[in-house]
Amino acid sequence: MSTSEIDRQWTTRLRRRGFGKLPPEKMLPDTQPSYVASWIYVFGVATISALIVVIATGCVLAIFGPQWWHVSNIGHFVNSLHLWSVEIFFFSMVVHLWGKYFMAAWRGGRAMTWITGMVLFLMSVVTALTGYVSQTNFDSQWISTQAKDAINSTGGGAFFNLLNPGQMLMWHIVLMPLVLVLLVGAHVVMVRIKGVVPPFEENVGADQ
Amino acid sequence: MSKKAFRPDVDAPEWKGGHTPYDIIKEGTIAVVVIGLLTVLLAVVFGSPDVPAITIKSWSNHAPVDFATTALSELNGTSLTAAYGAPYNIQPASANQNLGPLKLDYWVGVHIPINTVTDFVVDPLKALPNQPVLHKSLAKWSGASASTRAAWVASYTKAAGKMKFENGQVIVNATNAGPVPLMINDLTMMARSGALDQALITGDSFYSTDYTQSLLFISDGSYLADVAGKQHLQGNQWGVMNETGSYPGSAWLWLYTFWYQISPFSTSSNADILVLATMIILTAGLTLMPFIPGLRSIPRRSRVYRLIWREHYRSQK
Repeated sequence: MSTSEIDRQWTTRLRRRGFGKLPPEKMLPDTQPSYVASWIYVFGVATISALIVVIATGCVLAIFGPQWWHVSNIGHFVNSLHLWSVEIFFFSMVVHLWGKYFMAAWRGGRAMTWITGMVLFLMSVVTALTGYVSQTNFDSQWISTQAKDAINSTGGGAFFNLLNPGQMLMWHIVLMPLVLVLLVGAHVVMVRIKGVVPPFEENVGADQ
Repeated sequence: MSKKAFRPDVDAPEWKGGHTPYDIIKEGTIAVVVIGLLTVLLAVVFGSPDVPAITIKSWSNHAPVDFATTALSELNGTSLTAAYGAPYNIQPASANQNLGPLKLDYWVGVHIPINTVTDFVVDPLKALPNQPVLHKSLAKWSGASASTRAAWVASYTKAAGKMKFENGQVIVNATNAGPVPLMINDLTMMARSGALDQALITGDSFYSTDYTQSLLFISDGSYLADVAGKQHLQGNQWGVMNETGSYPGSAWLWLYTFWYQISPFSTSSNADILVLATMIILTAGLTLMPFIPGLRSIPRRSRVYRLIWREHYRSQK
């Protein structure tokens, strides 16, 4: 096999392109710019950490099924872990979002990082909604019967039926987490490729 | 060729300063452990709410008149579900929610067809075994013309304002109501036994994960809303972001919930689509912030960033 033939292989091209943009020392850095020195930076990793706890506790709930936590003290405790990790996840994500907003973290070709972050927030809201309506308790009944009107008003209720806990549970534990995890991965890779946005240079330029 | 001007809200300066050691794996591990411990602490201290679901059985036993009145509304077509429109049944476009000239749900149409008369009343009653009087009444109902049925239901509805529930029976002094009194009474008995819960969920099938009919029927009554009101879950109680008990709920929906509290949203028959459209516009604005001149300058102009990077600016002095 000639060198040129190897160069043309999809695998070779993908590896070169991938490692060209994101070499190991960028993916797993051992230094960071000295301006990264604020508590606000903690909330990005806190969000991902909370997501890990959300997924782990959700997996335990999935093992035993959607009714388990109503009849088992251990199940109820795991549900409590799931709930509070979700609350920490959203709290961290919102603080992270506003922190990045005030840094104008989209600067320097980082617009897609900002946009994926926003999309992640929106998808997390939908994921939480599908979770609330899959609880099989009074909260599920009330939230689903109230929220259905908003979904139905868009025409979306014909395909995304909040009153069908079977459909909602599938969205909650398969489709939404799959997309969320992929997007989080893309978001983190973008951050590693571009690095953390540098501070504003003061006394530079007018509004653009 | 001239060099492109530096735009401070779009471009970022190249960092030429120093670097500090950073152990990303160690930081990530510590973060997961700390967040995990914080989660355990919160779960141990506060737990999580789990108010049992309302069943049609519990509803009809706690509030039989409300149930029977709701059953009548399914029969006479005045219930929320009967008059809902898409995706459940065909109604004029004006009965659906419209966003100006956009009639989105109306255009998408009926995809989860529900006829409240047959699905919520007649078919469940037909499933009851060994009820010769009831089945004779249902045959009378099925054999009657639409105008006759309407006259029976109208007669019963007229007298139903003084409906009572005594000695396990629905009492309505209606005349010329045909089989309707028996149908409403027997459906109430069926509900109180728990049989209607199952009939609405499974229909002709054994398995089901779809509770659309049960939930719609329950939400057509006022019992569900009464219980929700006691749990501060009504719309005017910022209920969209609450959950049962004293828990934070979906606090992230505060802005979405806020619009429902103020005019014109709070008084509009198109409130849901209007609030949703407003949130979509605001969210699109925030998402596309990097491309909106003026708005993208707010972070720089607000100078909040000086708090975030205070050590950096202090070191520059």
